Amino acid sequence: MEYITITTGFLIILAGLWAIMTRKNLIRIIIGFSLFDTGIHIVMVSMAFVKGGVAPILDKKELLTDTAHKIVDPVPQALVLTAIVIGLGVTALMLAYAMRLHQEKKSLDIESFKDLKW
Amino acid sequence: MKKLLVLFILAAFVSVLYPLYSSFHGSTGLTEVSQFYASKENIEKVNSQNLVTAVVVTYRGLDTLGEVTILFLTAAIIAFFLKKESDKRTLRKNSEIFKTAAKLLIPIITMLGIYIFINGHLTPGGGFQGGAVIASAVILMFLAFPNMEFSHKFFESLESVSGLVYVGLAAFGAILGLGFLDNAILPLGKFGELFSAGAIPVIYSFVGLKVGAELSNILHKFKSVQADN
Amino acid sequence: MEFKIITTLLGILMLAMSFIAIYHKKMIVAVIATGAVGLFASIMYLFLAAPDVAMTEAAIGSGLSTIIFFYVLNRIRQNDKEGRESDEIDEIPNK
Repeated sequence: MEYITITTGFLIILAGLWAIMTRKNLIRIIIGFSLFDTGIHIVMVSMAFVKGGVAPILDKKELLTDTAHKIVDPVPQALVLTAIVIGLGVTALMLAYAMRLHQEKKSLDIESFKDLKW
Repeated sequence: MKKLLVLFILAAFVSVLYPLYSSFHGSTGLTEVSQFYASKENIEKVNSQNLVTAVVVTYRGLDTLGEVTILFLTAAIIAFFLKKESDKRTLRKNSEIFKTAAKLLIPIITMLGIYIFINGHLTPGGGFQGGAVIASAVILMFLAFPNMEFSHKFFESLESVSGLVYVGLAAFGAILGLGFLDNAILPLGKFGELFSAGAIPVIYSFVGLKVGAELSNILHKFKSVQADN
Repeated sequence: MEFKIITTLLGILMLAMSFIAIYHKKMIVAVIATGAVGLFASIMYLFLAAPDVAMTEAAIGSGLSTIIFFYVLNRIRQNDKEGRESDEIDEIPNK
C-alpha cells in the first residue's frame, strides 16, 4: 500500500511543479505550490508507514510492551503536522501578495510584471 | 524553446527524485530516533498516550516554537499588506435558516475544538487541529453575520497572552533545572487519564488557543478587504 | 487487499483532481478541485495510520485554505469590475 501512496505523492509533486512552471495566472501558480505541498506531505507520511503497524496511540495494554515493533514511525508524522499549518500560512501570504500585485497592475498575468527584468 | 527548458528542468527534478523512489522498499521498522522515543522507559518518563503529541510538544518542542513563530510572522506580514477598506458592507441578506443554524452550531464547533486540544495527549488531535477547528467556527460566524462587530483586539491579545504563557512554561522548566520545554514541571499522573503527562495538556492548550487566534486573525484580515457587492 | 483497491482509486482520483486544478478554465472549479485533493489526501493519511495528520489536513487543507482562496478571488473579481470589463481571472488571453 505504501508503494501506491508514495507513487501518488511523487506524481502530485511533479504535477505541482508543472503547474508552477507553465501556467501564466498567478492564482494558478499558487494552486501549483499548494499541490506541491500536499505531494511532499504524502511522500513523508508514506515513508513513516511500517507494514502491520498501528497508529502511535497507545490506548491498549498490549501495545505497552515492545512498543517499537508495533507502531508506525511518529516523528515524520509530527513534522508533517506542523508543515501543514505552515503551508496554510505561506499560501495565505502568497495570496495576499497576489492581491496587492493585482491592485497595482490590474492584471494577474505573470508576464505583465516586468519591472525587475533587465 | 521555453517548453523545452521546462521539460529539461522537470527531467532534472525527476532524476533527483528517482533514486529516492527506487531505493524505497517500504519501511520494516522504526528509525533509531523513533525507537528511542518508543522505548519503555521514555514512554514512562513522558507518560503521554499519544506519541505524536509527545514528539511535537516535548522531544521536538523547539520545532513547534519555531513553527508558531513563522505563523505569527505570516499573520503580521498579511496584516501589513491588506489595508482595511470599509467597515460596513451592504450585502444580500442571509436566510433565516442559515442564521439560526449558525447560532446553534458556532458554540458546538468551538467546544469541539477545545475538546480536541484538551485531549491531545490521549486521542488523535491536539493544538493545531483544535485551533483549525476553532478557526472554522470563526469562518462560519463571518459568513452568517458579515456585519457583526468583531473585536480583533480580543483575538490579538489572546494570541499574545497564550504565546507568552507558552514560552514562560517552557522557560520555567529550564529554571527548575529540568530543561527547556520539559513536561515534568507538573505531576505526571496516571497513564491514560486526563490529568497525566505533566505539562503537555497545558502547553498544547495554549498552542491551540494561539493557533486558533492566529488563523482567525488571518481570516479576518482577508474578510476586511472585501468591498461592497 | 480491499485497502489496496481503495488506495489505488484514491490515488487516481487525486491525480484527476490535480489535473482539473491545473487545466480547468474556471478558477472556482480549480480551487474546489484543490480542496478535493486535500480531502482525498486526508483519507489516505487515515489508511497510512496517521490520524493526527488526517485531522489537520481535513480541517486546514480542504476547509480553511479553500475559504481564503475564495475571499481573494472575490476581491479580485470586484477590482476587475471597477476597472474594465474583462474577466481575466478565469483565463489569460493568448498573445
